[in-house]
Parts: sequence; structure tokens; C-alpha cells
Amino acid sequence: MSAVRILVGTRKGAFILTADGTRDDWSVTGPLFGGWEIYHLKASPSDPGRIFASQSTGWFGQIIQRSDDGGLTWAAVGNQFPYEGIPGTHQWYDGTLRPWEFTRVWHLEPSLLDPDVVFAGVEDAALFRSEDGGQNWKELSGLRQHDTGGQWQPGAGGMCLHTILLDPQDPARMVVAISAAGVFRSDDGGKTWQPSNHGLHSEGIPDPGAEVGHCVHHLAMHPSRPDVLYMQKHWDVMRSDDGGRSWHEVSGNLPSDFGFPIEVHPHEPDTVYVVPITSDAEHFPPGGKLRVCRSRTGGGEWEELTDGLPQEHCYVNVLRDAMAVDALDPAGIYFGTTGGQVYASADSGDSWTPILRDLPAVLSVEVQTLA
Amino acid sequence: MTRVVLPAHLRTLAHVQGEVALDVGGPVTQRTVLDALEQRYPMLKGTIRDQATKQRRGFVRFFAGEADLSHESPDAPLPPEVASGRQPLVVVGAMAGG
Repeated sequence: MSAVRILVGTRKGAFILTADGTRDDWSVTGPLFGGWEIYHLKASPSDPGRIFASQSTGWFGQIIQRSDDGGLTWAAVGNQFPYEGIPGTHQWYDGTLRPWEFTRVWHLEPSLLDPDVVFAGVEDAALFRSEDGGQNWKELSGLRQHDTGGQWQPGAGGMCLHTILLDPQDPARMVVAISAAGVFRSDDGGKTWQPSNHGLHSEGIPDPGAEVGHCVHHLAMHPSRPDVLYMQKHWDVMRSDDGGRSWHEVSGNLPSDFGFPIEVHPHEPDTVYVVPITSDAEHFPPGGKLRVCRSRTGGGEWEELTDGLPQEHCYVNVLRDAMAVDALDPAGIYFGTTGGQVYASADSGDSWTPILRDLPAVLSVEVQTLA
Repeated sequence: MTRVVLPAHLRTLAHVQGEVALDVGGPVTQRTVLDALEQRYPMLKGTIRDQATKQRRGFVRFFAGEADLSHESPDAPLPPEVASGRQPLVVVGAMAGG
């Protein structure tokens, strides 16, 4: 019988939630790495027992943990992320120049094919790759050394590379997103990169249509259709039909097009999920009503999913990496909140149940579907 | 043997309980003690000092007895009480946060 394992990263540790394919009863393990910030955990698609975790604190820096037994035991692996060459400078909030400085790993993306290969998106924005299961990391420096690199500037959360999409049909093709630089695309395995922000419009920057400088919050892609990308931007939900070369807005009738996560249904490439948040000034659901919005038309037309979600006095946020889908049918959709709730839907979002209500603030949610 | 007291987070990370006793060999300085500590417990690399520059992390302090040695040269001899093991070198995470 199938099973589901949810990997939850929080401000004060990691939690692993498991259930069989009915997704009715969940067992909870944790906190793992208690007291540390766990920005992200993610398992290898080619070796489900191998899980990587990004563990950090402001006191003691960055640790990368790896489990080879599905999260039962863990060992620290390599935690040195050296920028290649002389790092140079980027823009700071006040317009001054600031040297590139490593702060933490925001996102770990294991290779689709090789369990020893894993990518790390870090703050200050750069992309690293390990070919030995996380022991050693080498920067794919063509990204940071792009001609526009000196113009990049941090979003409110820091200048982070937070999204890494690997094309399942072409291993040489990758798409990443940086707050607040935007989307970059590589067609040669990460050696060279092109800004992929044509069509984005951001009022908060001097040139709203600039080549870089957009605060892209998250990207999503269905593996069967890698040229179609969905984006939750600071404001606006966007779609690309050409692998990120151009974008058009699909916010449609959303109650707010501000938000952080965006995900695609595992079996329906045109079914997309977002969590509307009131505004950049008010990081909570409009009217205190938590809803997931689902489009079955690839964006543009959205329905509000509220069954089982609090419809009054709810002022949590859902962060960019805190939503995920399983591969079962009907599909499971999961998200965690800054209020410590983890919600699950076993019917593609029609109804929701809180699995946990009182975790530390949830930073990330990933899901494994196990045979 | 030189004794080192680690903060709770680093004891957990290194899978140790209580103090750590290290055979530093040669002059006992912050640098040689941390070199020996990281050699025994490689998972601590980068948590107390930067791996490349060897600079102490900003929110980490070194105490011995009632003295704060954090701003001493990493190559300065540690007090005889620490070198001899009568007192531990205490690695402290600065008090802050929630």
C-alpha cells in the first residue's frame, strides 16, 4: 500500500509526518534538530530514503544534514559554500553596494536522476551543486557572475535564491528564482544564464518592466509540461508558456494576487494552487479568512477552497516553500502556516483538515509519495 | 588535556554530553584548541569560526574563568589554567533571541 511522508521545516526544528495512502491518521516525529531553523528539507526522487535538510542559526551558521534511511538517522555533511573568485558586490536596500556574503541555504533540490547530486539555493543569492551527496559544494558561478549581478538587491527576507526547477525532459535545463532579482534560465546545465523576466511588471522598482529586479516569490512546473511555468510574484500570479522567456498575468478573479507559494496538481497540469495574502504590508489572508485558491484553467479563473479552513480571525501567512502535493489519486495538497498549522487535503483541495496545529512557524513543506 | 565546554546546540550537533577533553599538543591557543576540536568533531566546522577566514562567528564568545577572551588574538597563549586543564575554555552562544 502506498504511503505519504511530509517533511516540515520550522523556525525551531524539523518534523516528519507519515500516513498510509488513506491519509487519515498521521504519526509525527520531531522535533529533529530542535531549536535550529530548518529552512528546507527535500528527498531525492531517485532514492526516497535520502533526505537533505538545511539547518541554521544566526549563532552557529549553516549545517547540512543528510539521512539515508528516510529520516530515522542523520549525519552532518558539508557546510562550506565558497563563492567562486572574488565575490564582488550587489545592491543593498539603501542603494549602496555590499559584498556578496553567504548567510544560509534556503532551498535544496536533489537531482531527479542521481541521488548523489543536489543543488542548493543560498543567500546571498547563488546556486551551488554537490556531486557527492552534499559533502562538497561548488558554485555554478555563471549565475551570480551574470552581467546583471551587481544590480541585484535583496527582498525583505534577504537576497535569496529560493526556487530551483529541474526539467525532467532535459537535464541541461534549469530555472531558478531570486528575490529580488527575478527568474533566470540555463540551457547548459548551469554554466550560463539568461534573465527570464519579460512580461513581468513590478511597481516597486524604478523601471517596472526591467530585465532584473523583480521580487519573484515562487515558481511551479508540472513535470509533463516543463515549458509551462507558473509564478507567484510579490504582486501578480503569472504564467509562461515558453519556459520562462515571456510571462503573462493570470491573476484573474483572485481575492488578492499577493502571496508566496504556488503549486501544480500532480495529475492535472492546468490545475494550479495559490494562497492569497492581503498585501505586502499585511502578510495575512484577506479578511482573516484562510483560503486556497484553485484554478483548473491554468490560471485566470480561480475558485476559493475554504472547507475546513478557518474563516474568521485567521492572521497567519503561508511562506513560499510551505506548500506541496503528493502523487496519489485523488491528489493530496499540503501547506503549513506561520502559526504552526499543517493543513492537508486528500481530495485535491476540496476539503482540508489540520494535521497539526501548534508547531513553530512553518518554513517549508515537502511531500514524498512512497510505494 | 584541555577542557572545552560547548553550548547546548553544538553538544547536540557533535553528539557529546558534558565537557570535551582534547589533547592539543604544542602551544595551547584559541586556534590550536579549535583545530583539535574540529579535527575530532568535523561537524563543528563553520559553527564557531568561519571555515575559510578562521574568524570567530559574531555571536560566539570564548570565556575562561571570569575572563572574556573573545577579542584576544587566536594565536595568543590561553591562560595556564586552561592550558593545564584546571579550567575549561567555555564556548558561549551570545544571549539573545527567543
